[in-house]
Amino acid sequence: MHDVVVRNRRFDRGAAAVRKQPATAAGLTGAVLAAVLAASEAAAAQTPPATAGPPPVAVVEQIRQELAALRDEYTRRIAALEARLAVVEVGGSPAQQPPPVPAPTAPPSTAEAAVPPGAAGAGGPSGSLPLYGAAAATSKVFNPDIAVIGDFLAAAGENGVDPTPTLEMHEAEASFQAIVDPYARADFFFAFGPEGVEIEEGFLSFPTLPAGLLGKAGKLRAAFGRVNTFHNHVLPWTDRPLVTRNLVGGEEGIGDAGISLSRLVPNPAFFLEATAEVYRGESELFQAPRRRDLTYLGRLRAYRDLTESVNLDVGGSFVHGHNDQGPGFTTRLFGIDATFRYRPLRRAIYRRLVARTELVWSRREQEEGTERAFGTYVSADYQLARRWFVGGRYDYAERAEDAALADKGGSLLLTFWPSEFSQVRAQLRRTRFAEGETATEVLFQLLFSIGAHGAHPF
Amino acid sequence: MKTTAPIVAALLLLAAPHARSAEPLDVVATTEDVAAIAREVGGDRVKVEAIARGYQDPHFVEAKPSFILKLHRADLLVLVGRELETAWLPPLIHQSRNASIQPGAEGYLDASLGARILEIPAGPVTRAMGDVHPLGNPHYWLDPANGRRIAQAIRDRLSRLGPEDAEYFASRYAAFDRRLAEAEKRWDALMAPYRGLEVVTYHRSWPNFAERFGLHVVGYVEPRPGIPPSPSHTLSLMREMKAKGVKILLVEPYFDLKTPNAVARETGARVVVLLPSVGGEKGVDDYLQLFDHNLGTLAAAIRETGAR
Repeated sequence: MHDVVVRNRRFDRGAAAVRKQPATAAGLTGAVLAAVLAASEAAAAQTPPATAGPPPVAVVEQIRQELAALRDEYTRRIAALEARLAVVEVGGSPAQQPPPVPAPTAPPSTAEAAVPPGAAGAGGPSGSLPLYGAAAATSKVFNPDIAVIGDFLAAAGENGVDPTPTLEMHEAEASFQAIVDPYARADFFFAFGPEGVEIEEGFLSFPTLPAGLLGKAGKLRAAFGRVNTFHNHVLPWTDRPLVTRNLVGGEEGIGDAGISLSRLVPNPAFFLEATAEVYRGESELFQAPRRRDLTYLGRLRAYRDLTESVNLDVGGSFVHGHNDQGPGFTTRLFGIDATFRYRPLRRAIYRRLVARTELVWSRREQEEGTERAFGTYVSADYQLARRWFVGGRYDYAERAEDAALADKGGSLLLTFWPSEFSQVRAQLRRTRFAEGETATEVLFQLLFSIGAHGAHPF
Repeated sequence: MKTTAPIVAALLLLAAPHARSAEPLDVVATTEDVAAIAREVGGDRVKVEAIARGYQDPHFVEAKPSFILKLHRADLLVLVGRELETAWLPPLIHQSRNASIQPGAEGYLDASLGARILEIPAGPVTRAMGDVHPLGNPHYWLDPANGRRIAQAIRDRLSRLGPEDAEYFASRYAAFDRRLAEAEKRWDALMAPYRGLEVVTYHRSWPNFAERFGLHVVGYVEPRPGIPPSPSHTLSLMREMKAKGVKILLVEPYFDLKTPNAVARETGARVVVLLPSVGGEKGVDDYLQLFDHNLGTLAAAIRETGAR
């Protein structure tokens, strides 16, 4: 008894679907559709209840799928018919009779249809509309996820040492991401900026390697500490910390062509990940005069949930490579990073705290001898309400070439999220440069993203 | 020759698929709802863990490394799908170093593929509509018929992964199906007097639930999906609720109650916190209890407010 009830309800829905068909296609097509659906309903109703063999739910499911397929097909055909009607209406003047027999020139599998007249300029789509589900559209299924993120910056105040423009379209990051085959996926991030276009990252990764390895090859942001791996739009600030600028590869950090392998280290207590990377040596920090002068990196990251809302993330990194002083001169960096997070799950969209610090020691060989420099930042971000965040950062960084020169800074931040896809930020930044100058600036940032909804890094 | 034989034997031993019949299958579900259904079907032949907690907004889960560890060991990953988890699941799967749960593998199961999905956008979709799901509303598990379909999908996949237990999974499914059918009779009887009742909800979490139990959702506290309440929208919502005499305002447990409470005060409606997921509250530990709790709470609120 129960099954019959279910079945009837489902056919009611089928009938509702018929009623929802566009009114323009009502006449014949609607009647034909209704007839076909009714026929299939009758046919399905005649299907014997399968002498207690297969479960009736499966039968209902099968009928549902058949109906859905029918509906899809007819929706597609109606769309094609409408499009052809629109073309005919434009072609013939209203006084004239349409040609008695519309010559079956184009098969219904045309991939595109003209936009109905009058739609242009009305806020609707322009050009030709793709008919989804048509044969040619299947190739689009395999298009990568595409997104573009704009990073617009504005600055007010004085800075004589490291000035930035008043208004600047600092970066447009275009990303293309897709699974390549059952063994690999590819991620491309192109950064379009005032200096031109560069591959910010572009790599193939292999998630199914044996021995629990995760491999990557291509242009990568090196896994040195945390902030070096972040793209500009995920930073909690409008700029990068002074320690990045002075010690870890200049304005944009260490990014190079290389290979990365990482592995989980099994242990009962916490998440432990070991990463080893090799780079060619072609960044602001590392320059390889000879092929064999590669840059090597190692990183160990440990993570543990303290409670469901609180966790601690700690890492140590090491990188070694040749610097710009010529053959035989190397730079080594050693870094420690720690991140504390608090996010109550029941109020996860309203409240969170992220506190982070990184400490970096640099040992750089140069003509005058070996220079040892140190740099750090400490930052905290707190979410006050669904759309509001406040933050602060303290900076201290000696310069790699001369550790006697140290820059210091402090920032206060206020961020507003109109939605998940855009963000407005203001940063009050005070920097005391080693030269003796103090710069006080207000920096504004507008971040906006279009396209595929990318995952948020953790 | 003498030395090769033991080496070959050792290699064969290494290459042999590890016998798993005694070990329960490791199942990771993205939400507690799917986990609860997997427990119904899998019984003691599976070990089920969920990623998102039931009292957490499943759209905004953090991709914590501790979840990578769970996925690393998993034989089967069951996800809700329809882009509910796009913001956090892909990097977890990618970093799991587990070939058997990558998309397309046997151990990757999108539970939505056999389900009845509502609100699939028919026309062009833009973000001007808010955080819309182009593949349809992902809260489909709130219709028991879909719960049954999820259970079927899990039964079929578990039987493929552990063919020796196929009969066990089939009988577990049949028992779940029977209990669900009995419960549905009870729920239908409870809700019969209230068919067609007009309600307002916070987020678009309830289309399947509303359709199944005869509620009519006439408005949302969110002006658009994922966009927090705005004063102008709240005012027009209150006008509409007063005009229509809407007395019930459904809110998910992870949303702030400030705006819903203000609306309720102004319109004389009652804020009813319903649980979109198993584990949303203590004592709501399985799929049937989720509906028992929600329908019981709702029916009581309707009676008390005199909404019907």
